[in-house]
Amino acid sequence: MNVLNIVFRLLLALVVFPIIGGLIVGLDRKLTARLQGRYGPPILQPFYDVLKLFSKQRIIVNEFQVISVFIYLASSVLSLVLFTFQSDLLMIIFVMSIGAVFLVVGALSVKSAYSQVGAQRELMQMLSYEPLLILIIVGMYLMRGSFNIAVIMSQGRPLIEELPLLFLVMVIVLGIKMRKSPFDLSASEHAHQELVRGLLTDYSGLYLGLIDIAHWFDLMLLLGISTLFFYPHIVLGIIASLFLVILEIVIDNVTARLTVKWMLTYSYGLGLVLAAINIAVVYILR
Amino acid sequence: MGLLDKARQRSPWLIHYDCGSCNGCDIELLSCLTPLYDVERFGIVNVGDPKQADILVVTGSVNQQNKSVLKNIYDQMPEPKVVVAVGVCACTGGIFRDCYNVVGGIDKVLPVDVYVPGCPARPEQIIDGIKLAIDKLAQKDVVKEEG
Repeated sequence: MNVLNIVFRLLLALVVFPIIGGLIVGLDRKLTARLQGRYGPPILQPFYDVLKLFSKQRIIVNEFQVISVFIYLASSVLSLVLFTFQSDLLMIIFVMSIGAVFLVVGALSVKSAYSQVGAQRELMQMLSYEPLLILIIVGMYLMRGSFNIAVIMSQGRPLIEELPLLFLVMVIVLGIKMRKSPFDLSASEHAHQELVRGLLTDYSGLYLGLIDIAHWFDLMLLLGISTLFFYPHIVLGIIASLFLVILEIVIDNVTARLTVKWMLTYSYGLGLVLAAINIAVVYILR
Repeated sequence: MGLLDKARQRSPWLIHYDCGSCNGCDIELLSCLTPLYDVERFGIVNVGDPKQADILVVTGSVNQQNKSVLKNIYDQMPEPKVVVAVGVCACTGGIFRDCYNVVGGIDKVLPVDVYVPGCPARPEQIIDGIKLAIDKLAQKDVVKEEG
């Protein structure tokens, strides 16, 4: 791997991917507005929001909150960088989880009841999607014999042929991670309100902007993993990932927010069963 | 005009506080969010959290009970911030100005930037008022110190 290659990958992970992530969030707001019969904000709206948040006065409740925001951002950035450098998938997921945990701990460090309840619910959301994400990666491991992305990408046939059910599980994971209805329990986007702003109630200004940016990184990482299902047909993978996002937006608009208990039942009941069937079939047929 | 000023004009998040209004102005304000007027096309989002808001929209006249609440919400908002008084009650106290419990218009408690009169104020008027508030928001200086 020469220097040019490294620079290219860093540029991809640190500049290009987050910008695409921001554009996807902008597309989300536009599409949601169109589905509701409204004109909607411009596609660049998330960037305006983040820039504005950066220029606001900085109000913090305690120092730990600031540390946790920076750790969340750092771990999201690091996990996407590791992804573009074709590192170990299991490690990427663990790095991403550290950030998610710190976001929760930061929300727990303040006294606001909304923030506290939002943090508890975010923990439940993590409890719902993390096992599914791990199972998706276990499925990939079973197929290729390695967690390493370079090895997973080294073989000819796309993973989706053998792991179609795990790709469906990705829909559940993405919905919970994007905090879309019916899973927008811990905090919700734009005009929806839940527990004031739930998990994000006590974050403001620069720190809220950084959380938004970290969210774009997380989104791109998950879409990267879903694109991996289609390798070597990268274009097909990108189209499928985009379709996944649009599906999430439609689901967001046609469903209502449900309870934490329902989310656990649904993600474990449907997600774990789908994943287990797929992995069992792969295991038996090999 | 710098990029930051443009971003601030394009992304005003507003918080709405009902200071004891009759709900007339509140309904008109919320109708601005509906498909007919759709203020989200200007990037306006109705947030519930004062810490994330730029514009405080107040309806109704202030009374002795809620003037501390109003002040508290205003104090929680980070600079730069603007206040819009919607409806004649918020502007001057309206027909309630002589009540024993009423302090008056919200300018008795907060520095108001834009007054939107009317009983109730029409959605078009409210959007005009918020547009004025956005222009004022961009003129305010950025406060960089840690709070």
